[in-house]
Amino acid sequence: MIPVTYYLVLSAVLFLVGATGVLVRRNAIIVLMGIELMLNGANLSFVAFARQFGMADGHIYVFLVITVAAAEVAIGLALVILLFRNRGTVNIDEVRSLRW
Amino acid sequence: MELYFFLFFAIVAVASSVAMILQRNPIYCVLLLIMVMISIAGLYLMLDAQFVAIIQIVVYAGAIMVLFLFVIMLLNLSREEGGVFRIQKPLAVLLATLLFLPVAAMIMSYAGGGSTPPAAGGDAGFGEVEQIGTLLFTKYLLPVEIAAVLLLIAIVGAVVLTRKGTVSVGE
Repeated sequence: MIPVTYYLVLSAVLFLVGATGVLVRRNAIIVLMGIELMLNGANLSFVAFARQFGMADGHIYVFLVITVAAAEVAIGLALVILLFRNRGTVNIDEVRSLRW
Repeated sequence: MELYFFLFFAIVAVASSVAMILQRNPIYCVLLLIMVMISIAGLYLMLDAQFVAIIQIVVYAGAIMVLFLFVIMLLNLSREEGGVFRIQKPLAVLLATLLFLPVAAMIMSYAGGGSTPPAAGGDAGFGEVEQIGTLLFTKYLLPVEIAAVLLLIAIVGAVVLTRKGTVSVGE
């Protein structure tokens, strides 16, 4: 069997790739996709620990995380559409009216 | 044998996610993210989480990613993205590397503290719909209800936000 540590390392790597994507990319939609990747990395460690301890509670958390992700994506993409409609861009560097 | 499956899914997931970060075309980004989702679903199957694996494919790869694709096509985004910050990329890589250190330290401390391999498919019915359903509607009834309200709020919010002519943001 594969040690749970392998799954944790993979989940950490996925989380960090997602975090890098959130920090590097300027397209608001890709930033949202980076957040999805981070949530997936966290989900993977939930499921790995659920298997490790033989408790299905981790699966419930994953289920709830997916629910939250769906809600977040719906609102986030609605905001992106609104942004595009008002500013004609989804580049988050150009949206800085609230900065300084 | 199982290790080969793990390595296959892990390499596909990491390679697709890195390619997603580097990819300029948003539509290819979505397709690569679907690759990541499907390989993670394969890993869930290896961890005896059949229900979660199916949910991953149906809801994540099926519904959420199609929503992304739909918005990208609606906004017709295929052009290059330019930036204002020049130091953003090296700074972001540095920050992500710094973030890796505490995560790596935590994994290492856990590995030192006695990492037993997962149970070898012992308890029958683990991760199947019956067990998940029982837990969902008994122990986790309140979180499920809250999640339902959250989804309702998301639906109403998305409709209100994108309805034309009612919300005026900016000028």
